[in-house]
Amino acid sequence: MIRSEVIKSIVPVIADHLVVCNIGLPSQELFMHDDRPSNFYMLGTMGLASSIGLGLALAQKAKVVAIDGDGSILTNLGTLPTIANNVADNFVLLIIDNGSYGSTGDQPTYAGKKTSLAEVARACGCENVVECAAQDTADVLKAALDAGRMTVIVSKCRSGNVPVSVIELDPGVIRHRFMQEIARRNR
Amino acid sequence: MTIHEDIVESLARNRVGFVTTVPCKQLAGVIGLLEHDDRFLHVPSNKEDEGMGLCAGAFMGGKRAAIIMQNTAIGVTINALATLIQYYNIPLPMLISYRGEVGEKVACQVEMAVHTKALLAQLAIPTYHFHRAGDVEDLDGILAHCFMAKKPVAILMDASFWGGAK
Repeated sequence: MIRSEVIKSIVPVIADHLVVCNIGLPSQELFMHDDRPSNFYMLGTMGLASSIGLGLALAQKAKVVAIDGDGSILTNLGTLPTIANNVADNFVLLIIDNGSYGSTGDQPTYAGKKTSLAEVARACGCENVVECAAQDTADVLKAALDAGRMTVIVSKCRSGNVPVSVIELDPGVIRHRFMQEIARRNR
Repeated sequence: MTIHEDIVESLARNRVGFVTTVPCKQLAGVIGLLEHDDRFLHVPSNKEDEGMGLCAGAFMGGKRAAIIMQNTAIGVTINALATLIQYYNIPLPMLISYRGEVGEKVACQVEMAVHTKALLAQLAIPTYHFHRAGDVEDLDGILAHCFMAKKPVAILMDASFWGGAK
């Protein structure tokens, strides 16, 4: 499976939850498969999906899934110690690890070479870390959400992309409808 | 009240509930107070752009958020400011220790001090410079202005401000 297929496979699992989605193709693919007000699409700022997701999870009660990539985690590696030391049991970080910078032409990342992001997360102090095969991602993600424990999932998939359109929603619209959805869930 | 307490009370009066910090010697007093104050969720960050991501998430989650940092980090936050905080209209008070101004003992700090206001001006970020201890009285109004405008706002606090408070 490639990332686009992994994202399609988790749509039924994440549809009822708040989702913060990584910049570039991951957001465009999620938008294409299942656009919802409960999705926050990052239109810029590589690396901060996990940080936005953690801040959101710490600030309110609804469950939050941050969909990140191996390249973006490597860009903001300091996020893993912050996550480990500020436990939010309503937070799941899903790292879709295709070993490449997919949005920029599939250049290889170090996560596809010698560096294991699951081992890095454990070394940073993250207590529930699961590495899984791409086809098991939806089941692993559902189990993590049901368990109500902060979990970092590293889903190993193949690199490769499908054609998708850019997101033409205004950032203010994305933020406004996302915040309305958050407020509704916390009433 | 100490100047550190003045700052913390102003944050509380303006209903700030989430604060992320990257330490600076001049900020140690404020950070120490925040860590033990139940009115705030204090989440230290490893880098300032990471902290801006945390603040964006916390704000969308219903908590007013602020970042406390040093001016030497302005450079690493430019992309986060432009493409996240400004692009999505997220209010963000930045309480910034202004190192490298008169009274500084470390020459290298001056190298970023000379760029600080120019960078903030280039980003069109409303910027306030606290130089005398009494300037802390303006903080309430600046914070209210920030949340009204839904913009990042910089409050630069130099050595004279901190020193004058002794």
